[in-house]
Parts: sequence; C-alpha cells; structure tokens
Amino acid sequence: MKLITAIVRKEKLNDVLSALFENNIHGITVTKVQGHGGETEKVETYRGLTVKMELSEKFRLDIGVTDSFVDKTVQTLITSARTGEVGDGKIFVLPVEKVYRIRTGEEDAEAVTPVLVGV
Amino acid sequence: MRRLVSLLGLFSLGTALAQEQDPATIAWLLVSTSFVFFMVIGLAFFYGGLVRRKNALNTMMMSFISLGIVGITWAVVGYSFAYSGDGLLIGDFGYFMLNGVGLEGETIPTILDFAFQGTFAIITAALISGAVVERMRFSAYMLFITIWSIFVYAPMAKWVWGGGLFENLAGNAAIDFAGGTVVHINAAISAVVLALIIGKRKDYGSKAMLPHQVPFTLLGAGILWFGWFGFNGGSAYAADNLAALAMTNTLLAPAAAIVVWALLDMFRTGRVTAVGLATAVVVGLVGVTPAAGVISPMSAIIIGAIATIPSYFFITWRGSSSLDDSLDVFGAHGLGGITGALLTGIFVSSAWGGDVNGSASQLLTQFLAILIAIAYSAVATFLIAKFVSLFVPLRADDSLEAQGLDIPMHGEEAYTDGEGALLIPVSSSPAAARVAGRPAGGKV
Repeated sequence: MKLITAIVRKEKLNDVLSALFENNIHGITVTKVQGHGGETEKVETYRGLTVKMELSEKFRLDIGVTDSFVDKTVQTLITSARTGEVGDGKIFVLPVEKVYRIRTGEEDAEAVTPVLVGV
Repeated sequence: MRRLVSLLGLFSLGTALAQEQDPATIAWLLVSTSFVFFMVIGLAFFYGGLVRRKNALNTMMMSFISLGIVGITWAVVGYSFAYSGDGLLIGDFGYFMLNGVGLEGETIPTILDFAFQGTFAIITAALISGAVVERMRFSAYMLFITIWSIFVYAPMAKWVWGGGLFENLAGNAAIDFAGGTVVHINAAISAVVLALIIGKRKDYGSKAMLPHQVPFTLLGAGILWFGWFGFNGGSAYAADNLAALAMTNTLLAPAAAIVVWALLDMFRTGRVTAVGLATAVVVGLVGVTPAAGVISPMSAIIIGAIATIPSYFFITWRGSSSLDDSLDVFGAHGLGGITGALLTGIFVSSAWGGDVNGSASQLLTQFLAILIAIAYSAVATFLIAKFVSLFVPLRADDSLEAQGLDIPMHGEEAYTDGEGALLIPVSSSPAAARVAGRPAGGKV
C-alpha cells in the first residue's frame, strides 16, 4: 500500500485528472495549495507598490494505491503534468500502514479498489 | 479688467448660443453621452465575467484601454474622417485635431456631437475584444484598435451618418437609426476575422473554459441595457417624441428577446440560464438598434423576438465548432445586427418616425448596406492585423496563455490575498523588476 502525493501546476490539473481517469485511477483527493518550488518569482505592481509573489498556487493530489499500481500512477502523473519549465511540481510516494473504507469497513487492497457507480 | 471683459464676452456669447440652440436637446444629449460612456464599463463587466479568473483583468482592460486610445484617435482625426466634408467614402481633415469643433452648432454645440459620437467609437472598438480574449497580446490589441478606429470605424460612420455612401443605395437611403451596421455588424465581422487570424485558444475544444464570475456578466448586461437608452434614445438627436419612441423600443425588444431565449432554453434543456439571459439582453438590444426610432413598439417586440432565434442557435452550435469567437461577438452582435438591419427594412413606418414605409426595395437597400459593411470590415481588419503583426506578434506565447494574461500583460492579479507577497524596495529599478517578472526561465 502506498500513498502517492503529487504537487502539480494549477493549469495542468485538468490534464492530470483526465489522464488518471483514462488509466482507471479513480480514488483521488485534490487540495488547492500554495508553495515555492524554485520557479521564478512573479513581480506584480499595484500603483506604487511592487511585490514579489514568492508563492505559486498549485494543486496537490493524494492517491492511495496498491503496490502494483504505483508505477502506472506515477508515470501517468509525470506525463500529464510535465511542461518542461521549472515549477512542474513533485511526486512523493509514501508507505501506508493501513487503509479502511468507511462505508464497508473493507481494508487495504479492497479499500482502495474503486467501486464504479452509475458510469 | 481684461478678465471682466472676457467674462462679459463669454456671457454674451452664451446668450446668443442659447437663442439658436435647443437647451432641451443639449440636456438630453449630455445625458445620453454619459449613458453610452457607461456602456463601456458594462461591457468590461459583461466580458470580464465570462472569462477565466486568470484573464479577468486583461479582458476588462481591453474595454478600458479603448476609453483612452479611441477617445484620442476620435479627437485627432476620427471625428473628422466621419463627419467632415462631402466625401462619399471618407471625410477630410476639416475637423483635424478638433479644428472648428466648438461651441457653435445648429441645435447642439458641435463639441457635444463630437463627444456623443466619440462614445460610440469607443464601445465599437471595445466590442471586438470579446472574440480574442485570453490569448491576444495586449500591445498588439492597442495598436490594432488605434488603426481600426481611424480607418474602419470612422469611414463607416461617414457612410451611415456623415452623408456618405449609404445615403443612396439602390434608390433608397439605408436606415440605421443608432448604428446597427457601423457599430454592431462592423465590430462583429472584425472580431471574427481577428479571431480567425489569431487562432483559437490552446485549451479550446479540449478543456472546459468556464465563466469565472457570472454575476459580473449579469451586472454588465444590465449596465449595457441601461446605457443603451442613451445609445438609441440619444440617436434621435432631440429631446422629443422620437427619443421617447426609441427608448420605449429599447425597453421592449430586449424584453421580448429574454422571453424567447428563456423559452428556447426551457425547451432545449429544461432550465433558464443566467449567461444565456444576459446574452439575450444584448441580442435584443442589438436587434432593435438600427430601427429604434423608426418602428412601432409592437414591431420592436417582434424584432427582439425574431432576432433571438438565429443568435440562439448559432451560439449553441458555435461552442462545438472550431471557431473560437470566445465570447460570441458574432453570434450576438453580428447576427443580431444583421437580423435587425433587415427587419428594419420591413418594419420601418412613417407613422412612427420613419421617412418611408417598409418595402421590398428598402429591404434590398438594407441588404446591400450589410454586404458592403461586412466586406469592408473583413478586408480592412485582415490588412490591419497583418500590418500590426509586422511590429508585434498578435498572440501571446503559449506559456503565458497557460498562466493567464493578467500577470504577464499587466503585472497584477484580479483576485489575490497577498499571501507570499514580499515587498520590493522602491529603489530597485523597474527594469530589474520587469526582467524578474518574466515567468519563463530558470531558478532565481
């Protein structure tokens, strides 16, 4: 069991989501986050006030997967989120001790296997 | 003493003018000028709400910059090209730099005519922006509307209102009460041509690009309608019963458009949409513009209702086509304008302010005027766009388009809470700030 956490560009979120769905990766939590990943700061000017925006808005995706799904998920993320410019984001793969599905009490692999309803 | 003399001089001049000019008409046109001016702000909100939040400022700025640029081109030579001389196609330099545009004038001071007409020129140029938002480079847009306002808008205003070409087409004068041809068809055709030259947005057809602030769009549509009372009402050029008729028709045509649009929405999807209703208001207004002061109120209702139908179905189809006229300038202003101009030839009534009654030959004249306007607008826009592209690329770089144009074009964001913003000391040079502001590039 692994938890894959990806930080991606705001404007790439739609591409990333469609790519994940195409590859049958469905259990995703998305959070709007801000951070600094070494990209060039944006300078903005509001009349006399000039500021450097140190933080860029990004999206963070959290995806729980079984070990056999890790490579596919990571490759899908890399391909769909990449632009080649600094600031494309990061992917972290973390070990997971236990997963429960709240609705059924299923554990681990069963808990992260999506049930497709009404497709 | 000198001051007193000049004051007395002004006083006597004022009395003399008051006798020959009509104070009621002056008052109404002063109000109308402010109303049409306000439409530009309404347009900024109408368009601004329809784009994604990363382009909100850029889109609204495209309207606001027109207040500056076209305001000045109109003063320098635009008004002269539209109203000076006996030319059939274009005016002369008689009013160049406002030479001879002063306090005198038959019913109103010429200076007021200049200001009133100036607001029309400003909003027409701004209308074009709706087709090219979210990708056109701002500097290219500035250069484009500068040239366009002088060489496309001004001559066409001459044809329609300045005693030019449209005074006699196939035996009739083309009827365009408040500018359906010169404002709406003209802007819409230029918009489509410019959109085709620049190309569609990168995300067009592959991603959902949703309006970021629909309440802005409703507010904008409301302001446009409000301002249109001056646009059509003021075009009566008198505080008289024709102004009253034009205003009433301006109330009724969009009302009919709203009802028809809502019914079509209900029939097609079961729900009445807000963006659709805002669009309906504009279509109804555009449709009645050429006819406002020459048709009966019942005809205004019919024009508003009929004009809605082609626009509705075109706009519904357009979203699935490859034509990225992003905010449907052609669907609303082009088709609404064409339908309105044609119906004007049918519904014009001498009992309601018209010089003639509707007839087949009038319809033919309207049709010819539309064709000429479309042809000129399309060709001239193509040439101007090519000319502009010699100096500056028309389109923003792909990476800037992805990022949104607000920050790269204007250095500002529409919505920011300032998190992570560090002050740069005033002593840093603006040039350094500009270089640092370039988004592409390596680590700092």
